[in-house]
Amino acid sequence: MKPLAWAYLALAYVFIFLPVAVLVVFSFQDGRLPVPPLQGLSLRWYEKVLSDGDLMTALGHSALVAVISSALALTLGFLAAHALARVHLPGSAVMRGLLIAPMTVSYLIIALGLLALFSQTGVRLSLWTAGIGHVVINLPLCFAISFAAMGDHQQAAERAARDLGASEAQVLWHVSAPMLAPALAAAFFLSVTFSWDEFIIAFLLTRFDVTLPVEIWSMLKSGLSPATNAVGSLVFLVSVTLVVILELTTFRKGRA
Amino acid sequence: MTADVTILHVSQHYAATTALDDVSLTVAAGEFVVLLGPSGCGKTTLLNLIGGFAEPSAGQILIGGRDMAGVAPAARPTTTVFQDYALFPHMTLAENVAFGLRMRGMGRDERRARAQEMLALVGLPGGDDRRPHELSGGQRQRVALARALAVWPDVLLLDEPLGALDLKLRRAMQDELKAIQRRVGTTFIHVTHDQEEAMAIADRIVVMNQGRIADLGPPRDVYLQPKTLFSAEFMGEINKIPVHAGHSPLGASVPGTGMLCIRPEAIGPTGSLPLGPARLLDAAFFGTHVRARYAPLARPDWVLTVHLPQTARPEPDSVAELYAQSYVLLET
Repeated sequence: MKPLAWAYLALAYVFIFLPVAVLVVFSFQDGRLPVPPLQGLSLRWYEKVLSDGDLMTALGHSALVAVISSALALTLGFLAAHALARVHLPGSAVMRGLLIAPMTVSYLIIALGLLALFSQTGVRLSLWTAGIGHVVINLPLCFAISFAAMGDHQQAAERAARDLGASEAQVLWHVSAPMLAPALAAAFFLSVTFSWDEFIIAFLLTRFDVTLPVEIWSMLKSGLSPATNAVGSLVFLVSVTLVVILELTTFRKGRA
Repeated sequence: MTADVTILHVSQHYAATTALDDVSLTVAAGEFVVLLGPSGCGKTTLLNLIGGFAEPSAGQILIGGRDMAGVAPAARPTTTVFQDYALFPHMTLAENVAFGLRMRGMGRDERRARAQEMLALVGLPGGDDRRPHELSGGQRQRVALARALAVWPDVLLLDEPLGALDLKLRRAMQDELKAIQRRVGTTFIHVTHDQEEAMAIADRIVVMNQGRIADLGPPRDVYLQPKTLFSAEFMGEINKIPVHAGHSPLGASVPGTGMLCIRPEAIGPTGSLPLGPARLLDAAFFGTHVRARYAPLARPDWVLTVHLPQTARPEPDSVAELYAQSYVLLET
């Protein structure tokens, strides 16, 4: 049984990582097409990609949108979670449900809805509108993670802080948020990862300035090239780095 | 920094229950008052009302003569030592103690100096860069006390602060708490369900039952001259003998009608009130005394609990004449 189990495990991982491995391997292809056979190893596609102004601009845009929209989603999600965890309001279960509901709606539908809204209200499409779209998809996530982390422990400390003269804003800033730091960091990094990889919303809600996934898509329109593999590898590297940071800092701390 | 506290006809109702029922109480500035009672008697509710964590359904609370209606906890001259300490786990001890000062906008150096002074006061000098999780329960309790006292409160509220400590540590902390209170002179209002703790630290004990004050006074008075049967029973073991028009089943008794209450240590071979002959059922050595149980010959189905001196060695089944040295007749 044992070898069979190991074989199954290996197969599962191959299934998951083979596409990424192929992508990364053929980004080093010393030829014009990212398909077998491998004609030798070269870094020239990376050189081409890194010296491509449009790509690098799009990369900067992606980072900007990811960080700002995640910070905004986290702030809103945390404040909503804190309010709903601490204050008894009529219909708070419904409010919680409504906050989490967008998670179940596909990105395409959210993007179409926002597109209709923006064109109705005359808001011009830009990185800002894409960022708003990313706040919409990440807010439920940030809310859910923050809400799950709220406990009696923080509540007692918040009460003590109020008793010692802290205003509500000071309670949030000096006590609630630092005590929830691991959960808030997890929510932030997950949001950054989702925003960084997101295509449909960014595609439909941007026009002249675009994010990296949209730029890669337009590269693909002109055919396969090891250059797209190189960009893909770089995107993958950033995502993996974020997940590793998350694993090393946040999740490990949460276990201790 | 100290102030008096006046509670006028305060009631607190929750949906179906009455937590406090028309309670009035005056606490003098600098006094150490203990609110004592079983769980659910309203003592913690009263503390929360003084601290501003809830508003009373009726009545008025004055601190230093100032009406506290609608005043938030942050704006009251009170601070609280919570039962679960509620320290800030992400701050060092010094930061914990200095938190209230920081909220008041005090400068960093001043804060630090005051925090060190407070930590020294509670017996935790140095080591202020540690975090709460590195401390024992007793040490955390001290930090919570230092944090609450650092902001010069007029009134310190203590919500069963020693409840989580083991017995030995609790007794040691009681002595320290009393000493610290004398040194700072702040009014202390302390909630507990432990009557020994109450007697050890209080200037005055307020015994509470079912949302009302059952008795109040210095520990000696509350223990020896309780005003209600509840107070008599809650403060310690007691023998109860029904008296009707000056007569009890044990013979002639004190004038009046009610329940004659006698502490076990107030019964012995001599005394002013005869209780008649009684047969020894059993006796056990308790260290500080011998706890003996007697059945009066007049009512063999009753049991009188008697604390005899450490040196007593009563014979099993022996019959002795018992007398009460002090007693109180209470309405039933």
